[in-house]
Amino acid sequence: MISVTDIHKSFGEIRAVQGVSFSAPDGKITGLLGPNGAGKSTTLRILYTVLKPDRGRASIDGADVVTDSLEARQNIGALPHGAGLYPHLTARENISYYARLCGLDNPTIEERVDGLVELLEIGDFADRRSKGFSQGQRTKVSLARALVHNPQNVILDEPSNGLDVMATRSLRDLILKLKDAGRCVLFSSHVMQEVAALCDDIIIIANGKVAIDDSADGIRRRTACDDLEDAFVRAIEMVEID
Amino acid sequence: MRTLVTVFLKEVIDNFRDRRTLVSALVMGPLFGPILFAFVINLSIERSLDDIERTLELPVIGQQHAPNLMRYLRSRNIDLVAGPDGRAAAIDAVTTGIHDVIVIVPEDFGEQLGDSIPAQVELIYDQANTQAERDARRVRGALHSYSQELAAVRLLARGVSPMVLRPINVDEVDVSTPSGRSAMLLGMMSYFFIFALLMGGMYLAIDTTAGERERGSLEPLLSLPVTRDQLMLGKIAATCVFMAVSLLLSLCSFFIALKFMPLEQLGMTPNFGFAVVVAAFFVLAPFILLGASLMTLVASFTKSYKEAQTWLSVVLIAPTLPILIVSILTLRPQLEFMFVPSLSQHLLLVDMIKNEPVNLLHVAISVTSTLAIGAILTWICAHLYRREGLLG
Repeated sequence: MISVTDIHKSFGEIRAVQGVSFSAPDGKITGLLGPNGAGKSTTLRILYTVLKPDRGRASIDGADVVTDSLEARQNIGALPHGAGLYPHLTARENISYYARLCGLDNPTIEERVDGLVELLEIGDFADRRSKGFSQGQRTKVSLARALVHNPQNVILDEPSNGLDVMATRSLRDLILKLKDAGRCVLFSSHVMQEVAALCDDIIIIANGKVAIDDSADGIRRRTACDDLEDAFVRAIEMVEID
Repeated sequence: MRTLVTVFLKEVIDNFRDRRTLVSALVMGPLFGPILFAFVINLSIERSLDDIERTLELPVIGQQHAPNLMRYLRSRNIDLVAGPDGRAAAIDAVTTGIHDVIVIVPEDFGEQLGDSIPAQVELIYDQANTQAERDARRVRGALHSYSQELAAVRLLARGVSPMVLRPINVDEVDVSTPSGRSAMLLGMMSYFFIFALLMGGMYLAIDTTAGERERGSLEPLLSLPVTRDQLMLGKIAATCVFMAVSLLLSLCSFFIALKFMPLEQLGMTPNFGFAVVVAAFFVLAPFILLGASLMTLVASFTKSYKEAQTWLSVVLIAPTLPILIVSILTLRPQLEFMFVPSLSQHLLLVDMIKNEPVNLLHVAISVTSTLAIGAILTWICAHLYRREGLLG
């Protein structure tokens, strides 16, 4: 369960996030949708604690991301945008490095890594050094790495970027599996169809503010647009007029 | 602690597989010193042998006017050749560098000699040319000895002892020991050790900070449930290990290389045995923490791998500065110097190589102050990693 209350974040003159509030419950998939530069990544980075909000609060399963960041990180699996691997380590070593840092013991590490290798279908390249991996292979390993400590909350920043059709499909299956396991999944995207197909709840962000927070049907109704893409554009326009 | 060890082991394995890091740590750093050193030593041996053994080819104009002098010069291993035609041509030849030194014997040389008035001989050379200056000194020395011999003969002919011309006899006593003479040249060694040490950890310091950020692996790492201090300390520890290995290899390669350098020909016997190698390692070891934390700190501020490389090359040169200043001013080791890292290690090392007693108080101050500065820099690094600006 992730909850965000009125967070603000500026980088010098640029006001990236200006009062974003929402909550992402367990057992649901929440999508953060918005154009480039809307403040999606900044919001997510605050949630996985690499940035501190200037104002406002955010918590992961009740643990504040600023005052109790270690506890908050304990329950997060994060896939940052453009996450990189260690090129001289194999896929398996990349994953078990994170497992070890999370404090798992060796038998558990082996078991988890094997499980994730199977789940994400990375067996073919699991023992190859990750130098020269394709974008899809890299994303899969990064994802496995993020999930290795079995976190209750999963935060994915544009996970489908640069993935082909097959890889996108398997990513979608994985996100649904996480939902069925009762996890809280929060991911960002700028692809409307992807969000519409997966999310129980869609938060449209523009100019660092929440434009709409509703289900796909709710958004269609409130913007009076049948087509989700039109609804998306309408919602963004509503913010920009403000 | 577990986190620290995990990060440490991962960085060691990761960088051990990186050819560039490995080459710079295990090959470049340790071999650069001995190779450059061998080159310099051989060059200076060649030059010092020059003066005595090399036959000097000397153009002399008017050889026929002074046959005895010519015979004398030949006996001093000077090979006489015909010079250019005339004085003007001779000056021209020296100015343009065709010849370094030319001697002109005027036509009335024999006549002047017979009349016992100082006989004129001209020595033409270019003082700005160091090679010419050395040759000129040799010719001048030969002419002077010949002049002295003639003077002695003339005095004897008049029944006077040639001793009257030497009212004072100067005996020079050089108290420098062969080890002491070595120290001047071998003082360079201490910088090579520091260079090798820093070189060994340079790519690690870049890789674990700027490299990690550029690769995009820093952000997921920071989102793990570990404290940033521990990540940082693990990285610095790994850098320290690479630096220590590089330092050790560098000491060993010098130990071996010195055995093959003909230093005795230069009158040097450096005290660089096994015991000194071990002692040198422990004197230099505190510099490892300082080097690792300094390089990590500098690399943390940079935006990219390339930028980090640029700045760290500056860090590579920085330790030479105090050494250079003290060498130019030829200052003796003092207590205050022991507070300055790199300088204190250099001075202690020079004492060891000179085979002079090492002041234990100096060692204690050098070790403590270098470690203290290293610890402060490490603390700053850990502190810097708590800042979000780190992500760039």
